[in-house]
Amino acid sequence: MVQDFFLLMRSELMLILIIFGLLFLKLGNARLKNETVMNMVNVVLIATLAMGFLVKDTGMIFGNMFHTTDLIRLEKNILTLGTLIISLQSYQWLKAHKHAMEFYLLLISTLLGMFFMLSSANLLMFYLGLELSTIPLAAMVNFDLHKKQSSEAAFKMIVSSAFSSALLLMGISWMYGIVGSVSYSAIAAAISGSPLEILAFVMILAGFGFKISAVPFHLWTADVYEGAPIPVTSYLSVISKGAILFVFITVLYSVFRSMGDTWYYMLYILSVATMLIGNLFAMRQQNMKRFLAFSSIAQVGFILLGISGQSVASSTSLIFFVLIYIFSNLAAFGVVSLVSSAYGKEKVDDYKGFYQTNPLLAWTLAIALFSLAGIPPTAGFFGKFFLILAGAAKGNWLLITIAALNMIISLYYYLRVVKAMFMDHNAAPLEKINTPLSPKIALIICIVGILITGLYSGAYEYIYSLVS
Amino acid sequence: MNLNWLIVLPVVSALAILPFSQLKQVRSIAAIGATLQLLLSCVLLYVFMQDPASGMSGSLAFESSYAWYKPLHIYHSVGVDGISIAMIMLTAIVVLAGVLISWNMEKMSREFFFLLMLLSAGAYGYFISTDVFTMFFFLELAVVPKFLLIGIWGSGKKEYSATKLVLMLMGASALVFIGLSGLYFNNASGNLSFNMSELAANPLSVEQQKFFFPFAFIGFGVFTALFPFHTWVPDGHSSAPTAASMFLAGISMKLGGYGILRVATTIMPEAAHYYSPYIIVLSAIAILYGSFATMMQTDLKYINAYSSVSHTGFVLFGIGMLTKTAIAGAVIQMVSHGLMTALFFAVIGMVYERTHTRMVDKMGGLLKTIPFISTVFMIAGLTSLGLPGFSGFVAEMMVFIGSWENGGTLHRVATIAATASIVVTAVYILRAIGKVIMGPVEHEAYFEFKDARWNEKTAAIILVAAILVIGITPFLINHLITPGTEAIMNKLVANP
Repeated sequence: MVQDFFLLMRSELMLILIIFGLLFLKLGNARLKNETVMNMVNVVLIATLAMGFLVKDTGMIFGNMFHTTDLIRLEKNILTLGTLIISLQSYQWLKAHKHAMEFYLLLISTLLGMFFMLSSANLLMFYLGLELSTIPLAAMVNFDLHKKQSSEAAFKMIVSSAFSSALLLMGISWMYGIVGSVSYSAIAAAISGSPLEILAFVMILAGFGFKISAVPFHLWTADVYEGAPIPVTSYLSVISKGAILFVFITVLYSVFRSMGDTWYYMLYILSVATMLIGNLFAMRQQNMKRFLAFSSIAQVGFILLGISGQSVASSTSLIFFVLIYIFSNLAAFGVVSLVSSAYGKEKVDDYKGFYQTNPLLAWTLAIALFSLAGIPPTAGFFGKFFLILAGAAKGNWLLITIAALNMIISLYYYLRVVKAMFMDHNAAPLEKINTPLSPKIALIICIVGILITGLYSGAYEYIYSLVS
Repeated sequence: MNLNWLIVLPVVSALAILPFSQLKQVRSIAAIGATLQLLLSCVLLYVFMQDPASGMSGSLAFESSYAWYKPLHIYHSVGVDGISIAMIMLTAIVVLAGVLISWNMEKMSREFFFLLMLLSAGAYGYFISTDVFTMFFFLELAVVPKFLLIGIWGSGKKEYSATKLVLMLMGASALVFIGLSGLYFNNASGNLSFNMSELAANPLSVEQQKFFFPFAFIGFGVFTALFPFHTWVPDGHSSAPTAASMFLAGISMKLGGYGILRVATTIMPEAAHYYSPYIIVLSAIAILYGSFATMMQTDLKYINAYSSVSHTGFVLFGIGMLTKTAIAGAVIQMVSHGLMTALFFAVIGMVYERTHTRMVDKMGGLLKTIPFISTVFMIAGLTSLGLPGFSGFVAEMMVFIGSWENGGTLHRVATIAATASIVVTAVYILRAIGKVIMGPVEHEAYFEFKDARWNEKTAAIILVAAILVIGITPFLINHLITPGTEAIMNKLVANP
């Protein structure tokens, strides 16, 4: 039992170790440099990542509330990797920040919440994890303490997530009323698709919709992304979204499997609306963060399309896509963050002539955007087309055509940034940026990930073997 | 012989360019890479012709297959027949000529040659793929570098053209993808498969073919300037830098025709019969519209771009006729147009570099001052016009003869209409040649022009030689492609 506890919860325990370590340091008034704190946390994160890959095990503890499989462990590793990259990227922003330690406290707490969420075998456990991951996140959004916009964003975030949590809880309690249990397996065995169950499911779906910012639940996204500090924005857009998506697919595929035909149409509508609205709004954005926010909404549309396929290929493609999306989006945010912290500029127009002065960063951003747009040989091509292919298994060709057309719209606005960097003339482009070591490492990880993950099929096959 | 060298070689030369920044180093690496590509293609041609067992029997040669995304049944499988080899030779020749033409590309030379090599990798990969997903991968790989090539090094309203071209071509490939996934899920074998021969052996039901054929056909058709989706051609070609124009018109536009032959007609033969009248009407419109539109142009690049619409119309026209001679003609037209248009763009680039104008009415009498370039200009023009002895004649002749083999009334009428374009072509070509090459010398400054440098000469000579080989000894290329076209034809005849 004790052995199980340590083995199955080792990732969580590592994070708890970081949290308490930081707390003690803080309480003991340790005068550490921000750099030291960052390096320490990064090392422990790497250790967590390594431990995640080390031993394989499956099991349930805490009265079947918490379970782990190899797949869940892989999902946790993906999230840890993403968090590590973000932690490396926030170097420049955090090194002069007064509250670096608190930032890490909050960051690791949210990650811990996500881990519990992923491992949940029970709606209550899931809700617990969700809240643990959301509330610190709102505090992180507010982390540019002197900026009004940041506080506004945090307020929006907390209100909207409270609202969505309420919806979710409503759905969960109805489900409990119908089934008499909150455990996944009990619900899966009991539901039959009665109208009340569908109503409860819609509540739960709406709750999820808020968290993954699917249209029409997306309205908080752009403002929050714009107001939050860039590392937090990137964390919101990839890690927190990725975690929710992982859980979403578990909930849909194992808990509500028997209602598959019902939710297929819900996902269909959500997917079309999300792709379309996300893309159309992204076209007009001038601020890079807002632009990436809307583009991430559009990406969720493709993800929903892939999920609607209801097959092994769907789950595999989803996890594969999230992995690639972490690399691509973090590469993009990494460059935006460097530019923003060096010059405080975040407009697309500011990037005019960027290539003349910063060729490597320009290529990095271009490759990241190509990957987001789904252009070969980047991994994004594979991620996106496998999602569409997974969705196409249902034979709904109208949906596939809409998705394909949306890819073209998205290509237009991604290329707009590339055009600004490479083609537009600018008498005074942004000066050369000196990239410190740790963001550089982060960008290299991202670019290597973008180039390798797709061309070399190992990652996909590994995920596939775990899913099936 | 392992066909993957054709992908490895350009990728390696592209990567080898990256560490260098000086024009001299970069261009030499690119030139070595392109020369090796051409040598490799020649070796491939030789081995293919020598090996009767695998080569000329109509089945694919040098096949190999690697599992790529195994759970999804995606393989990187390659193989060639005569048609692919003709396309590979075309690619190798045009790429080498393009590198030579861009010999003095001062602006961001490293990036320029890198993208050019990447494009060629895409084209080779496309022509050797026998797995449609891999083929699609390479098709898209050959699109986006064009955005950068046109947008950075182009002229005129380059950003507009680059964006338009990329969006239209990517839209086209999205349609292709829908068609391909239709094949993937619905083929008769019941297995998910992207493999070309497996798909051809287990065709879709006729109803499904009728549904998915338009996706694949229009998708590939946009690459081949299918009317009314040809509008990217004039803008894209005329804004692009010379080498990119050569690649675009010479190779990119052939990706579509090749894809239609491989995917649309071979895998969905019944639908090809069903849609044949539509194809014929659209391509006849493209042929006529293209040639009349060319008459109105005064910019040399626009002349060649619009005439490309007309000429590649013959490719679709030949394919749409669904007869053996016409399809062979379409294939030869692809090669011929590729060479001819590359030569034309190359020579326009040379003229522009000297006169600094591309307007026909602002030039004159170039033959007296730069005879080599003018002669090449004339050869390109006469090939385009379809003069016997050059490749254009052979191709168009075969398309027309093949068209008469199809007895449908509509097909006959369309053939007669399309023939009219020959006259129009003669009008615009002769007018351009007459004004630019002949006549009095327009400016005093023209006498100071230097004739072609060695790199320009080499590029032109390679292209002219290839045109002449096809024009004078058409049976060689016909012999090469016949097994391939026969295989396609057998499919079409067996599934009326």
